[in-house]
Amino acid sequence: MACINPDGTLTPSAQAILEALRRAPAKAEALAQQAGLPLYRVRSSMRELVVAGLVVETAEGYALTEQGRARTTSA
Amino acid sequence: MADTPSVQGLPRLNEPAPDFEAVTTHGTIRLSDYKGSWLILFSHPADFTPVCTTEFIAFSEIYPELQKRNVELLGLSIDSVYSHIAWVRNVEEKTGVHIPFPIIADLDRKVATAYGMVMPGASSTETVRCVFIIDPEGVLRAMLYYPLTTGRNMQEILRLIDALQTSDKHHVATPANWQPGDKVIVPAPKTMEMVEQNLKAGYEVVDWYLAKKSV
Repeated sequence: MACINPDGTLTPSAQAILEALRRAPAKAEALAQQAGLPLYRVRSSMRELVVAGLVVETAEGYALTEQGRARTTSA
Repeated sequence: MADTPSVQGLPRLNEPAPDFEAVTTHGTIRLSDYKGSWLILFSHPADFTPVCTTEFIAFSEIYPELQKRNVELLGLSIDSVYSHIAWVRNVEEKTGVHIPFPIIADLDRKVATAYGMVMPGASSTETVRCVFIIDPEGVLRAMLYYPLTTGRNMQEILRLIDALQTSDKHHVATPANWQPGDKVIVPAPKTMEMVEQNLKAGYEVVDWYLAKKSV
């Protein structure tokens, strides 16, 4: 997994994506800008974060789950 | 009876590029992850080899220019992701050059087979030096195949990107040795009416079928 380390902690890029989502749901394009990551990398990461149950895809874009919100730094 | 290498199909220009999901040094990536940007998918024979190392340094050097053109890079070889990571780290340690783009670890050869990257006459265990230029809609627009012995020319790859993007934007073609800023070729007229139009349009006309203009 490129987003989740073997010990269960998040990689810096995954953490940056979750922090960007803390404010509001967002589409991959906006997340790429906010997190300062290439778009392909965000799209790849979102698949992993959805499978991990940290993010869901909604009509407004990607949104944090309760589990995902608990992993943000301000949680 | 000698074994005959299996014949692999090659992808075709102006058709959707073969889809893939692959393990890379940046995680698992699908071709569709690049939708909306241009992609240069390229293969190299093997990690920790001399010509490939010079190419990776050269690809890294043109990466900022490619990014300005909305182009991403994605490397590939039939090596493990651990080999890729070790090589990339070694290149940075020895030369100071950071490799900023992902590299596919194609140990099962799925991507190499789909794109016809293995040429048994050159090597049955390595990919040759291929370049596939895929547009933002996922359509294969150009292919280059170089032999194992010859490193690729980055300026030609940049020129090819510029030429494709110029052709798309202005609906023109580009002549031999074209460089950005040079005149482009007006598509050859297909009717007598179009011939008359072109002759009156103020183009640089060699003859009715060869006219150039600035864009």
